[in-house]
Amino acid sequence: MEIISRIIAPLLCGLIFGTGLLVSGMVQPTKVLAFLDIFGAWDPSLAVVMAAALAVATPGFMLARQRARPVLAGQYFWPRKSDIDAPLVLGAGMFGVGWGLVGLCPGPALESLATLSPGVIVFVVAMASGMLLHDTWQASRPPLQPQVSINPDR
Amino acid sequence: MANFTPVSAAIGGALIGLSAVLLMLLTGRIAGISGIFAGLLNIRSEDKAWRIAFIAGLMLVPVIAGWIGYGMATPKLPANWAVIVAAGLLVGFGTRLGGGCTSGHGICGIGRLSVRSIAATIVFMVTAVITVAVTRHMLGG
Repeated sequence: MEIISRIIAPLLCGLIFGTGLLVSGMVQPTKVLAFLDIFGAWDPSLAVVMAAALAVATPGFMLARQRARPVLAGQYFWPRKSDIDAPLVLGAGMFGVGWGLVGLCPGPALESLATLSPGVIVFVVAMASGMLLHDTWQASRPPLQPQVSINPDR
Repeated sequence: MANFTPVSAAIGGALIGLSAVLLMLLTGRIAGISGIFAGLLNIRSEDKAWRIAFIAGLMLVPVIAGWIGYGMATPKLPANWAVIVAAGLLVGFGTRLGGGCTSGHGICGIGRLSVRSIAATIVFMVTAVITVAVTRHMLGG
């Protein structure tokens, strides 16, 4: 039944996630930029999206933590890092600037590929290049600690 | 606040949260889109199947929505290609360096009550707001 855990469940989750982005309007850069434009005609919709997502995710993750392992897999891959370090702040800062320039973050960008918009395709290629650039640069540095752990850290 | 759409935002947000919970509860994975996508790009990364399946689901949504008459409008992007390329590079490099994006830090991370993710979300929100303020109100874009 590996096909359920490796294909069907993630596909279903991708469909639900994409539906959420589409229904909320967050696939549209204009809608996202209207939230970020607090000095213009401000649209608080994105804050409602986050609040609603967190209202579901927070108790949901607590429920997941009470189980020794996921329903369909052998182990949880909870993120292990918990410190606020320079790469976190610098990376988040860079991401925010790019997000503010066009109003696309990775989820909506990948979902929007379905429209075959040339601008979106160029954005995703540039985003993939940025990721590869980072990962190649990281690989050339001394090995870092693994980023996942078998057991929850809390 | 002429364009405020609280009802669709709440429904959409709840679906995003549900997706993140189901992915963790069922498969043990974090629904961080930048991490899922970056794992696809890494040749050494194993277990690509679930990543492909998740992103395929994401990309199928506008297609299915189109079939049932709710086709997605083509996103409106800046006319300047250099801006699009620069933004893509910053989003790609930044999400890898910072270990997440709006989904991984903003929803999954804060949902796990991770102080690291709360900090990241504050930082990218602030720099994004400043970027929009500068490009729209100072440079007159």
